[in-house]
Amino acid sequence: MSNFVSEFGRSADPRHATLPCFPYVQAPLKGRSLLQLRINRPEPDAPSVSIGVGLQHPPDDPCSPGTDNSSERHPTMSDRRNLFNKVWDLHEVGTLPSGQPQLFIGQHLIHEVTSPQAFEILREKGLKVLFPERTLATVDHIIPTDNQARPFQDDLAEEMMSAIERNCRDFGITLLNLNDDRQGVVHIVGPEQGITQPGITLVCGDSHTSTHGAFGCIALGIGTSQVAHVLATQSLAMNRPKVRRIEVTGERNPGVFAKDVILHIIRKLGVQGGVGYAYEYAGSVFDEMTMEERMTVCNMSIEGGARCGYVNPDQTTIDYIRGRPFAPQGEAFDRAAQWWLSLASSDDAEFDDHVTIDGAEIEPTVTWGINPGQSVGVTESIPDPEQFHADERTGAEEALQFMGLDPNQPIRGLSIDVAFIGSCTNGRLSDLREAAAVAKGNRVSDGVRALVVPGSQQVRKQAEHEGLDKIFEEAGFEWRAAGCSMCLAMNPDKLVGREISASSSNRNFKGRQGSPTGRTLLMSPAMVAAAAINGCVTDVREMMTPVSV
Amino acid sequence: MAEEIKQVNGSVVPLLLDDIDTDRIIPARYLRCVTFEGLGEHAFKDDREHDSEHPFDHPHYSSASILLTGRNFGCGSSREHAPQSLMRWGIQAIIGESFAEIFFGNCTSLGIPAVCAERAHLDQLHQAVKDNPSQELTLDLHNRQIHFGEISVPCEIPASAHSALTTGQWDFLSQLLSAQEDIQATAEKIPYMSNFSA
Ligand code: SF4
Repeated sequence: MSNFVSEFGRSADPRHATLPCFPYVQAPLKGRSLLQLRINRPEPDAPSVSIGVGLQHPPDDPCSPGTDNSSERHPTMSDRRNLFNKVWDLHEVGTLPSGQPQLFIGQHLIHEVTSPQAFEILREKGLKVLFPERTLATVDHIIPTDNQARPFQDDLAEEMMSAIERNCRDFGITLLNLNDDRQGVVHIVGPEQGITQPGITLVCGDSHTSTHGAFGCIALGIGTSQVAHVLATQSLAMNRPKVRRIEVTGERNPGVFAKDVILHIIRKLGVQGGVGYAYEYAGSVFDEMTMEERMTVCNMSIEGGARCGYVNPDQTTIDYIRGRPFAPQGEAFDRAAQWWLSLASSDDAEFDDHVTIDGAEIEPTVTWGINPGQSVGVTESIPDPEQFHADERTGAEEALQFMGLDPNQPIRGLSIDVAFIGSCTNGRLSDLREAAAVAKGNRVSDGVRALVVPGSQQVRKQAEHEGLDKIFEEAGFEWRAAGCSMCLAMNPDKLVGREISASSSNRNFKGRQGSPTGRTLLMSPAMVAAAAINGCVTDVREMMTPVSV
Repeated sequence: MAEEIKQVNGSVVPLLLDDIDTDRIIPARYLRCVTFEGLGEHAFKDDREHDSEHPFDHPHYSSASILLTGRNFGCGSSREHAPQSLMRWGIQAIIGESFAEIFFGNCTSLGIPAVCAERAHLDQLHQAVKDNPSQELTLDLHNRQIHFGEISVPCEIPASAHSALTTGQWDFLSQLLSAQEDIQATAEKIPYMSNFSA
């Protein structure tokens, strides 16, 4: 455990380490025994201060995994650094006078919401973009998904569009605009175009940048001031997080999707369980996943409080990237692939923390509350706040009151008004295929408004090529243009009043889907389709034809 | 060099709730803007509309400059609009049980110290603020102490943020800019920066 760094450097003994998450695990206690926690639970009298930001690895800290770089000191020994630390070490520029590490950023993605103020900072200071070819822009959050004629009806949205167009032009940045068939939600576009690659550092002014970690890179969401930093210097001031390996063993049961896996992990570890950590997702369940499934999981790392999440690159990763427009070609690709594989954490790699979860225990999962950790398996009932830790009870009561739900009420059968399939979590082709398989030959229930919003123009095109749009439309779903849509309330797609939506997006926060009193139930796209058809939360397994494997 | 922030004095607005996400701090519809100006008036907009007693509307707290809150404050979206709206409402420091990391980083780069205190101490401060809303609190960042009338309690902040704020080095842009040569040198040793040339 030489690489264990305690939160405040008080003790390197893991038994006395402050783990910010565990006094506050969100899950009802009953499921806890199934989770084999091989990690360090705090003593009952452990300090209760949970510094959510304790990322200190002072450069002189001998315990820091970054500086405990045995392979460089002993080149003959195997490299026990995990992927995160290998990639970080390669990109660390140095230490700033403030004491923070300076991290080189290989790829920057921007969109219309969090970039305009950053360009203003550059203009005010008379700065240029250092590597314009290393930033790529797209538009996603504010664009309407039905009528996209310019100027937009919303003046403010139109102003933001003009701002990103002007900024990209003035600073020499490529913009995938609405008239470019590569446009889409930023976290869908990056992987699709082959921009997202193993071993890079990738940032975007958007918390779901964690999505890109599916390729085995360091992918971080940043604020607008930092967007300006990256534009001007291709680097960031950033503390190195610790790394927790989350191993999901065994096999998923049929009808259990990647979304269920991540909702389950967040339920187990809590919405702030990951604070201070990068998550490495590993184990047979992840080995078996497609790249799109891995992206769904990594996407919601942020909902679990982690700074980012990643999966080690393997043959699946390489096969996905090969031939994509921005990927290396020919012999360069072979050299790249070799390097990518060499970055994966080895079997004896060191971690600051380790959690094991049995994949077979995961059910189709649905949220009942106002944060993504407040969820249950579809066959379970909504928990009673009385079952919660004292310090979670108020939150659970607030959630039930906002949602208008009762303790012990089964989640299955809960009526919905709106069904939303889309977002950077679940707006990819495989998501639409899974939802279409459920929708095929069925009808959306009367009174339910159902939307399918592809994550990018490419996804839309491929889905149409496969006839998925027809399946959805025949079933009564609206088929829309690519964008963030009802994942957040910045465009015309919104909940109204107290409407309750079954949504394949990532956040069920109060007001997230556009109505301050609107309610969100997060679930997999197949579960959303099932809910749309039955008008209520449904166990999708009942609608699936068993396939023999 | 930015201002050295060793101490913040001011009255307190109490909002001792947990898991307050950035969608609540600034609802997404107010992100439809190309500047941060004017965001102050929209801080906690939806919460305020549904709670006539919301502390951000209460006359007692209208001149507060220190926010007292709970655990996991600022979780969710990375939008810098959230700390920007708090700052423009008048907040200069935040005391909570814990903070989401992107939010914390955004605060630091705006020169807003976000410090953590134990829940029991937060409860104690919360009550004291409610009893005496006009009393000023002193956040002694340098010594990691909070003073409010008779109450003195410790607080925590990661060492790097502590040093950045107290030594006036939280304007990271100028520091990053002065490392131009190191940035180029780092770029040169990264395989993909040369497109994996042999
Ligand atoms: S789809 Fe939702 S979560 Fe993803 S980038 Fe858009 S608004 Fe953010």
